[in-house]
Amino acid sequence: MGSTVFKGGVHPDYNKEITATMAVSPMKPPSKVVIPLQQHIGAPCEPLEGIEVGSEVKRGQKIADSTGFVSAPIHSSVSGKILAIGPYNHPLGSVLPAITIEPDGEDRWDESIKPGGDMENLSAADIRNIVREAGIVGMGGATFPAHVKLTPPAEKPIDVVVINGAECEPYLTADHRVMLEQPEEIVFGLKAIMKVLNADKAVIGIEDNKADAIRVLEKAIEGEENISIAHLHTKYPQGAEKMLIQVTTGRVVPAGGLPMDVGVVNFNVGTAIAINDAIREGKPLTERVVTVTGSGINRPANLLVRVGTLVSEVIEACGGMKESTMKLIVGGPMMGKAQVNDDIPVIKGTSGILALTDQDMYLAESSPCIRCAKCLDGCPMFLSPTGIAQFAEFEKYGDAEKLHAMDCFECGCCSYVCPSKIPLTQWIRIAKAEITKAKKK
Amino acid sequence: MDKKLVVSSSPHIRSIESVQSVMTDVLIALFPVALMAVLLFGYQALLTMVISVATAMLVEAAWLRKRDIFGDGSAAVTGLLFAMILPPAPPWWLVVVGAAASIIIGKQVFGGIGYNIFNPALVGRAVIVMSWGGHVAGRVWSPPQPFAFGADVSAVTTATPLADQGEALAVSLTNLFIGNVAGCLGETSALALLLGGAWLYYKGHIDWRIPGGYIGTVFLMGALFGGGFYNGHLMTGLFHVLAGGVMLGALYMATDMVTSPVTPKGKLIFGIGCGLITMMIRLYGSLPEGVTYAILLMNAITPIIDNYTVPRQFGGVKKNA
Repeated sequence: MGSTVFKGGVHPDYNKEITATMAVSPMKPPSKVVIPLQQHIGAPCEPLEGIEVGSEVKRGQKIADSTGFVSAPIHSSVSGKILAIGPYNHPLGSVLPAITIEPDGEDRWDESIKPGGDMENLSAADIRNIVREAGIVGMGGATFPAHVKLTPPAEKPIDVVVINGAECEPYLTADHRVMLEQPEEIVFGLKAIMKVLNADKAVIGIEDNKADAIRVLEKAIEGEENISIAHLHTKYPQGAEKMLIQVTTGRVVPAGGLPMDVGVVNFNVGTAIAINDAIREGKPLTERVVTVTGSGINRPANLLVRVGTLVSEVIEACGGMKESTMKLIVGGPMMGKAQVNDDIPVIKGTSGILALTDQDMYLAESSPCIRCAKCLDGCPMFLSPTGIAQFAEFEKYGDAEKLHAMDCFECGCCSYVCPSKIPLTQWIRIAKAEITKAKKK
Repeated sequence: MDKKLVVSSSPHIRSIESVQSVMTDVLIALFPVALMAVLLFGYQALLTMVISVATAMLVEAAWLRKRDIFGDGSAAVTGLLFAMILPPAPPWWLVVVGAAASIIIGKQVFGGIGYNIFNPALVGRAVIVMSWGGHVAGRVWSPPQPFAFGADVSAVTTATPLADQGEALAVSLTNLFIGNVAGCLGETSALALLLGGAWLYYKGHIDWRIPGGYIGTVFLMGALFGGGFYNGHLMTGLFHVLAGGVMLGALYMATDMVTSPVTPKGKLIFGIGCGLITMMIRLYGSLPEGVTYAILLMNAITPIIDNYTVPRQFGGVKKNA
């Protein structure tokens, strides 16, 4: 084992106590769902044949798919009638094609939904296929298709599976709750992953601010010799894959590389549960746990929400949003996306909906850099955020690249710590986009 | 939904630390140093500090045409630091001219906070040393008169221990540590300087590398090349650390954020460089003390140091140089 603390990072106010003790409750069925055809990293899906305006669909029925390998099919989260197929607001900040469905209120399951059978009788290929057909993507927010991670190239064998229960984003408690409420499902999903990858070891990493979840999962893995729990020091971004892999396995993912380069894959706890549900019950990924919180939410909660439910309805189910709300964010406060309005659907990667008021945020004008180097100390990738930002400001993107701008994964620590309140992460994003653009030419 | 929302790039939460809070922390760190100066040098020390801080703040506010004279607090820090590197009872006009030069020539002509190349307080000192050297060199130093608040300390003068070996042998290490020796207002008491430095370190505003590299180098060079005149070689090394402005320079001047490197390796190189130049001036130069010029020279090459010490990123490969 390497060091149990990664270098860099920050200690924001976590504000998790708002919802940490609230059990997950299913949200009442929505009045309509808007299901985007792109909810994952990779090729967008196309509606299947017979899926058109006016056609009837059932809950769990596959409604869109892609022939691309890096993609994940989309399923209806309700039974009902298709109202529209066309562009709709997307939480990632653009307008993308989506299928709008009006529920019939009967919630009839599709006939295809049936248990996949005993794990003993399932081959690695069977499980991989079940995961793909269930449309499972990384549920921590990255939304990378899970079956792709389960198909590493032959020259990169995987020996350790890391399960991410760090949940380092402030405010969010969705992973915390599922760890408390569904430990057995997490372990089952993990064992399926280990079987597919032929991995002989697994580590579940949990930050030590969730001592109850650590206890529950330690009980759930009793007798499992190959699975261990890593107690992680609470520090943001502990759940970032490179930091998580370093502290749980001692391995350092090379710059520009992937976890599989060091024999590791990692999955979020929610993804492990989705894999459990797909194998045991045949259920595709059509609902997820969302933490709805922030001082702008009247009744914060951890809700089980159907994919495609509009954020406006989710907030309504939580007693509405206060007038003083300044920012509406999908995801966590460090890496989540600020929204223009609430007319956007919950997708597979939506871990949180935050309504922040000036109680949560400290807004200030930015002033010149005083070279305090706090951004360098805070950067978990050991970059020089202020250096990259200055090059970006003067459009010297080649120099920004020499400072390893492309290694930045936009955790936000630099902007968070900056006493001059310079939007460093934003400048680095601009540099990254320009570097990528120049490469494509 | 009719409500207008703020839309900006993540992260959406920020630490409460600001430039003003950082500068306030530096002022707090200087409090024990200022208190010690008043205990040792009486009301004249207090007067010097008040004139210097007031001049710096007023000149900056006038330059920026702002009514808020405290502002981000950086002018107050510059003013106080400038007072710390003056003799205990300088003429009032010298303080005013020097503090104004610190702000204008040291900082504002470069574009203000964050853009200056040289430590503003040291620029102010360099200006007065070059222009009115008679007031800050030779036998002009008042010996401290502990707890004699109302006494006129400038009535008696002497040389600093660094300028005169006879003077050096007359003071004990204990007095050097406490600060009961002739010297600049804020430089004499290593004890007070360390207290403030510990506060800055605790608040995360200074890194060990600059003071560590600086003080370590001064000690080593003092021990190796100092001639052992002060009770043997190791003691001579310690003498060079405690006498003169090394502690003040290493903890408060060289660590000035704006004018020192941002990279970890760069900070260490910067600290060692300051130590080397200080000791070369002290041992082989024509001046008794070298802290001011050592730091100013290293300030000048800070951008080069930063360029050559870019840290290896997480998972980055070692370059075969």
